[in-house]
Amino acid sequence: MLVMILFYAFSAVLIAAALGVITTRNPVYSALCLVLAFFTSACIWILIEAEFLAIVLVLVYVGAVMVLFLFVVMMLDINVEELRSGFTRYAWLGWLTAFVVILELVGVLAARRLGVDATQGTVPVPADYSNTHELGTVLYTQYVYAFELAAVLLLVAIVAAIALTMRRRQGLKVQDISAQVAVRREDRVRLVRIEPEKRP
Amino acid sequence: MQPIFDLLALPVVQTTIWILVVTVSVILAVAFSVLFERKIIGWMQLRKGPNRVGSIFGFWPGVFQAFADVLKLLIKEVVVPAQANKVMFALAPIIALVPALATWAVVPLSPDLVIANIDAGLLYVLALTSTGIYGVIIAGWAANSKYAMLGAMRSAAQMVAYEIAMGFALVGVVMASGSLNLGAIVQQQAGGMLTWNIIWLFPLALVYIISGVAETNRLPFDVAEGESEIVAGFHVEYSGIAFALFFLAEYANMLLISALTAVFFFGGWLSPFDGYLPADNWLARPGFPWLGIKISAFMFFYFWLRATYPRYRYDQIMRLGWKVLIPITLVWIAVEGVMAHFGVGPWRAAG
Repeated sequence: MLVMILFYAFSAVLIAAALGVITTRNPVYSALCLVLAFFTSACIWILIEAEFLAIVLVLVYVGAVMVLFLFVVMMLDINVEELRSGFTRYAWLGWLTAFVVILELVGVLAARRLGVDATQGTVPVPADYSNTHELGTVLYTQYVYAFELAAVLLLVAIVAAIALTMRRRQGLKVQDISAQVAVRREDRVRLVRIEPEKRP
Repeated sequence: MQPIFDLLALPVVQTTIWILVVTVSVILAVAFSVLFERKIIGWMQLRKGPNRVGSIFGFWPGVFQAFADVLKLLIKEVVVPAQANKVMFALAPIIALVPALATWAVVPLSPDLVIANIDAGLLYVLALTSTGIYGVIIAGWAANSKYAMLGAMRSAAQMVAYEIAMGFALVGVVMASGSLNLGAIVQQQAGGMLTWNIIWLFPLALVYIISGVAETNRLPFDVAEGESEIVAGFHVEYSGIAFALFFLAEYANMLLISALTAVFFFGGWLSPFDGYLPADNWLARPGFPWLGIKISAFMFFYFWLRATYPRYRYDQIMRLGWKVLIPITLVWIAVEGVMAHFGVGPWRAAG
């Protein structure tokens, strides 16, 4: 009962936040609405006891990706009028995507009704069941090659991102850290012994 | 009377009471650590520190300084800049404070006291501490002030960089303990001072402590505030109680990082004499006092740093984070792999 109430509450917030992402005029508000949407979907995942996925969603998307995203949005001088003209131009694409998603959802629900449900729904797991532990076991045994491949793919993406954005500008004044660290006292300060003047 | 006792025995009610107890204790601890800090810095600079407000039977003059400060801030006006984004401006201090308090839910305070004993506790800590940055960014943006924006920018870049080093240091801790549950991480270090993680994971502990100082924007990494450069950084436009909330969040975060350092590397609530003295000796008994002592020691360390070192230059902070701390953690994780293979240190029992 409580779970149902919580589910509907989180869903309402999620839908409101998702609507906020595409309807607010201020891009910073859009980004913050997206953060809220991620957070509430993490809450919904916790309701079905997928705590690992929920926490990782917050950690990766809210904690890292959206921070950078928010920053770019705050820094850029975005022309809101131009964005709004695009809103109507690409509306058909949005409607099409929404239509396909709704079709898929109806398909899932219809499959359950017709008795060809492959997942058998979600069954409550015993209290000592650890989602995190099970995921780790599966990832590092059964799917270890796929997992490693994904990791290599990410590494390639990181290297590519650096290679694409790195350029050497001429006349850049950079400090040579090792030269700074290697400096000794003798290079900078000279102790001079000065004879005291004689009193007249 | 009986119905009241029945009500108190409900798990929901008990958890709520513990949440209140922990939150109020953290806030009180913040009040006294502010005093502690001002006193220590005073002593280090051959001053007396605050000694005017209140005393207990003539001892400890100035002990109630923090309460006087809070009262002062409470009755001051909260000035909202005319060009500011009002909603976000009001929301930012709250967003900054909530993660700093909510993370305490998974910190094991004593062998049988932790508000939420969850298996993915360490991930929860990482996730919540990484959301703390939103308060800073939103505060900097909503105030519509150049200094605030600069402070928020610096703070965001710094926190993102040091979070990675922090996360990698914790990967090493997880490798040693084989669990993400903070209680289990403490349990695994049982057996006296020499089995604490600090011994085998010393470089990681160092990285974690340095990143913790950077993550809380404390000196010598406080470029986000940088009084001499950008006035007060991201909270330059905040006054009165709104400023007090940021202050509270900063100190709650320091307490939290101190507690987490104790849990991850210094055996949490374990006694340092455990295993050397007979088990029934009161000095060997685990409990909250040991954690309290360790937290206080790290808080002192924070204040000590503040009174000793000048501020880092911004580019050097970035260099330290990306080019020094992260490589150290990566190398030590590889070293841990070797240690685990040959079954030394924390892996002796398992290997």
